[in-house]
Amino acid sequence: MNQLGQPILEARQLTKHFHAGSVMSRKIIRAAQDVSLSLYCGKVTALVGESGSGKSTTARMLVRLYEPTSGQIIFKGENVLKSRSRPAMLRYRSDVQMIFQDPFSSLNPVHTIRHHLKRPLILHKRVSSKSELEYSLGDLLNRVSLTPVHDFIDKYPHQLSGGQRQRVAIARALAVEPEVILADEPISMLDVSIRMGILNLMESLRDEQNIAFLYVTHDLASARYFSDQILVMYAGYMVEGGPSEELIQEPLHPYTKMLLSAVPDPSRGLLTRSDVEAKGEVPSLAAAITGCPFAPRCDRVMPECRVENPPVFQVSEDRWTRCYLYK
Amino acid sequence: MTQTELQRIPVRDTTKPILTVRDLQVEYKIGRGTCGAVNHVSFDIYPNEIFGLAGESGSGKSTIAHAITRLLKPPGYIKGGSIKFMDYDLMQMDAESLRDFRWRHLSIVSQSAMNALNPVLTVGDQIIDAIVAHEEIKKEKAQNRALDLLQLVGIDKERINSYPHQLSGGMRQRAVIAIALALNPELIILDEPTTALDVVVQRQIMEEIQSLQQRFGFSILYITHDMSLLVEFAHRIAIMYAGQIAEVGPSNQIFQNPKHPYTVRLMNSFPSISGPRKKLQSIPGSPPNLISPPSGCRFHPRCELAFEECLIINPKLVKVGQNHHAACLLIQEERSS
Repeated sequence: MNQLGQPILEARQLTKHFHAGSVMSRKIIRAAQDVSLSLYCGKVTALVGESGSGKSTTARMLVRLYEPTSGQIIFKGENVLKSRSRPAMLRYRSDVQMIFQDPFSSLNPVHTIRHHLKRPLILHKRVSSKSELEYSLGDLLNRVSLTPVHDFIDKYPHQLSGGQRQRVAIARALAVEPEVILADEPISMLDVSIRMGILNLMESLRDEQNIAFLYVTHDLASARYFSDQILVMYAGYMVEGGPSEELIQEPLHPYTKMLLSAVPDPSRGLLTRSDVEAKGEVPSLAAAITGCPFAPRCDRVMPECRVENPPVFQVSEDRWTRCYLYK
Repeated sequence: MTQTELQRIPVRDTTKPILTVRDLQVEYKIGRGTCGAVNHVSFDIYPNEIFGLAGESGSGKSTIAHAITRLLKPPGYIKGGSIKFMDYDLMQMDAESLRDFRWRHLSIVSQSAMNALNPVLTVGDQIIDAIVAHEEIKKEKAQNRALDLLQLVGIDKERINSYPHQLSGGMRQRAVIAIALALNPELIILDEPTTALDVVVQRQIMEEIQSLQQRFGFSILYITHDMSLLVEFAHRIAIMYAGQIAEVGPSNQIFQNPKHPYTVRLMNSFPSISGPRKKLQSIPGSPPNLISPPSGCRFHPRCELAFEECLIINPKLVKVGQNHHAACLLIQEERSS
């Protein structure tokens, strides 16, 4: 992992607990526990998991929409959770940007594209004159291939297709010249025929501008296509990580194996029963779990799995998993 | 009612289609204009068959499902064409006979159907309701059948008295499938049945549906935009584009040997979990506005192979292989076989 250099953004043992329920029946939702990850310039890290696995919570903590219950976020060697002053937050938020799943609700319907792109440029003081602003607006739309610019700049979101809207959202993120982009399911609401366009656009941003991406998704096939490394989350825990192709070809954790065998694969032909049976359901995050959260669904469960949640075991230089099978 | 009574031996002629749709045209009235959501669509579904209908949003696939079940609501209406189900003409049926017909012969599980359950009734009551509404049957018997049905779709018997909110999304979707199966229909329409579910639950439910289909021999019209799931699951597939069928054929043919330029591009626009990792491209542009569709072939503005005639002539489906048809002017009809 050292060939990747210094991580630009790091999460160390991040934990997020939400409080739910009434005063009488307090419940703690353990959305993310002990999550550690590193993002590198010019690399895409995919965070894969089912709904409720904590992947979006992790992304939202990284962009500081959620305050972590405990843990550290290290950006360029500094713990950003220490400084809560407005200038520091402003600086962090222009360095770390987020793209959301739903381009239909992440843009304001009463404002034009110009307004959406102008605001970050002005708020983060990226432009100093009107002509500079016009130039930057044109440049942004060019970078996300919404050309000719005058066809789009004064349109309202409802006049654009889903893919075009997502491109506007990406342009808005690019306005502040971020070094890290956290993309939370950026293509899952789009039509199949245009999804690759968005992924390819982000790929070129990664390569040309050396942006570090966190790609949050439930879709392993697109994670394999787009990412350099994959991290798998289950029930709030990170259970496995490694280089994308290696992890897909040779999954370690039984959950990753189950997830992989559940992914539809046209080359398999008519539903062939996979070797790993997809069974059980994701546990409730409101109840405290003793032992490995995957134990109830695991076909290789051992007595110790039910006693204590396994720690991270380093399997090779760049592969690790949270499973006693690799002790 | 026991499991064996539920089981029916299909003694149907599998060469005679169970559903025949011809020249179906559906429009939506919007302001002063009309939107031709489905434009001269014809297809057959045979007994024992899983027939897939694929397309992007707005391609008309769900509209077809609503037209077949005659559940289309204004401003949508059927402008023309015929829908025949076995020996019945669905277009001529009055509301009363349609009500009786649906569920008994034809049921539909629609998109996010898991939210279709009534929140104040238990799952069991809702299954029983469906049964007693269509059959003269004692409540006790219906209750037993409800238990059998729940077991069939993989829900614990004890869950019969659960309310929908006590079940997970996957369980609710199973319950809806149980209701759809309640009267042993010949055809079940599944409209994006697993879109809102996670991939592991999706696999569980699709395998469940497949084994039920093999066991009871009903036919399925399976509507989805998820190409990889469809290719894996369906026997035959029709690819819809802008309200028309662009290509129809056996799923392995559509996947390995697509003929229509749209299908070719579509099959090359989603990543796969196995095989080599290759560069993929999306299709430029976006689907047309159907209030004023493009002239000629509706795909021509996005097609890199388009030539002059494509702007004028709307191509018809021609044979390109065994049971395989595509609608493109570039394709020469295969005269042999």
